[in-house]
Amino acid sequence: MSAALARPGRPRGLALDQPLIVLALLLCWQGAYAYAGSSAITSPLATIAYAASMLQQGWFWSNVGATALAFFYSLVIASLIGVLAGLGLGLWRFAGDVTEPVLAALYTIPKVTLYPLILLLFGLGLPAKVAFGVIHGVIPVTLFTLAAVKGLPPVLLRSARAMRLSPRQTLLHVLAPAVLPEIFTGLRVGFSLTLLGVLIGEMFASQKGMGFLILNGINLHNVKLTTAVVLIVVVTAILANAGLLAADKRLRRQR
Amino acid sequence: MADGLAGTASVPGAASLAAPGSPHASMRGVTRVYPGAAPVHALGPIDLDLARGEFFSVVGPSGCGKSTLIDVQAGLAVPSAGEVTFEGRPVSGKVPDGIGVVFQEDASFPWLTVTDNIAFGLRRAGVDPAEVRRRVEYAVGFMGLRDFARAYPVQLSGGMRQRVCIARTLVLQPRLILLDEPFGALDQQTRLLMGDELLRLWRETRATVLLITHALDEAAMLSDRVGAMSARPGRFVDLLETGWPRERDSSLVAEAGFGAITARLWSHLRAESLKAMGGAPP
Repeated sequence: MSAALARPGRPRGLALDQPLIVLALLLCWQGAYAYAGSSAITSPLATIAYAASMLQQGWFWSNVGATALAFFYSLVIASLIGVLAGLGLGLWRFAGDVTEPVLAALYTIPKVTLYPLILLLFGLGLPAKVAFGVIHGVIPVTLFTLAAVKGLPPVLLRSARAMRLSPRQTLLHVLAPAVLPEIFTGLRVGFSLTLLGVLIGEMFASQKGMGFLILNGINLHNVKLTTAVVLIVVVTAILANAGLLAADKRLRRQR
Repeated sequence: MADGLAGTASVPGAASLAAPGSPHASMRGVTRVYPGAAPVHALGPIDLDLARGEFFSVVGPSGCGKSTLIDVQAGLAVPSAGEVTFEGRPVSGKVPDGIGVVFQEDASFPWLTVTDNIAFGLRRAGVDPAEVRRRVEYAVGFMGLRDFARAYPVQLSGGMRQRVCIARTLVLQPRLILLDEPFGALDQQTRLLMGDELLRLWRETRATVLLITHALDEAAMLSDRVGAMSARPGRFVDLLETGWPRERDSSLVAEAGFGAITARLWSHLRAESLKAMGGAPP
């Protein structure tokens, strides 16, 4: 029994891997600061101190709010469209086979080249930022969902038919749980790319948001501001991604 | 067995579904052709009557339409011609109540524990939770899965996963059990032991069993009757009665008559397999 239920554990030594990686990154950062000087980048300690002080400022939080709102809308829209399109294309095999290479090709296009078009379509402000976030995130979510449905073992759906499940029961109790881990992986990738899209959108044409703060810092040569905002964005993204990765692993644990 | 998995007695009106003496399930002139630019005639014409409570096995060369036969009888596929019935009613395109199917591939749901896998069909059918618990507990014990009730399929061996799938089908109390090479992926020893378990289940449930297998010894050991199929399009080239008593197990393989049955099956299967491979029998 114990042998049959044995699971591979976490290899010894991996408990130290994450602190060591953080330490290595900090050392690299310090090295870059020593090499390029304060006109290009601020030191880790100075950046952390400035970032901490920014957290006390109202203007900082209003920019965080602007990014969070655009990101929230983008992620919801990209996820909904991506999951529904992926499910539809996966279930309608012919359409999926035709569309998949087209989507894969679109995925490789540098989305920033579409930005003038987005601006013409949506104008300056929130809609353009959301649209830019969506076009970054929607394709990976669609492709992951499509691959999940196409990769579903046919015997699971045959079993559902053999147990006389209705189409609704099959969708809810067989198809959805079977493809959930792959869809979640797609959402995790989509999360990162949507955030990237929103930040780039804010850098190009916005008067508010974390992307705007970064570009504003660059334009004003405010290295301290630029580095601190980048640090906050990176730490937030890493923490969020780590949480999603943990949830992803948890979903896959019993597979 | 009233508290166990037997379904025949507990199914209201089951006896009235077919006149006494009529076959429990039957196929009349059934063919199956897969359409396309070059249509593939996979099966038939097939005529087959299964008596209530009979254990019938089908052997045949690869690609002869054995699985198609199961699909058509189950209602998972529509025959191109002919008539399929179960308990006197036509079967076409939908699995009727009372038929259970076990597939060759692992069909356990990886996101559910053993217990939840077995209870799955009952819960979807809206069976009373107390009844679900009773049937699942019995099935878990009966199939030797008690120590693994809370395990996930990934933690089980191939044989145990197949037992989960069999249990999931049996708790639905099918009166006709269709088994499509359920032990195909298992080693010889495990297959023999699983065969013993299958015989025990068959006796306890009093269900009719249609087993597809590529193993001649399995067919000879388990069955009341064995049908040998031709190369594609699959037709029955021989139907033989084993004459085994209802109380039997894998020790039958040592019986003198066992070799004669497998030899007769092999004589058909060898010729048909050579045909299927494109060669002619010597």
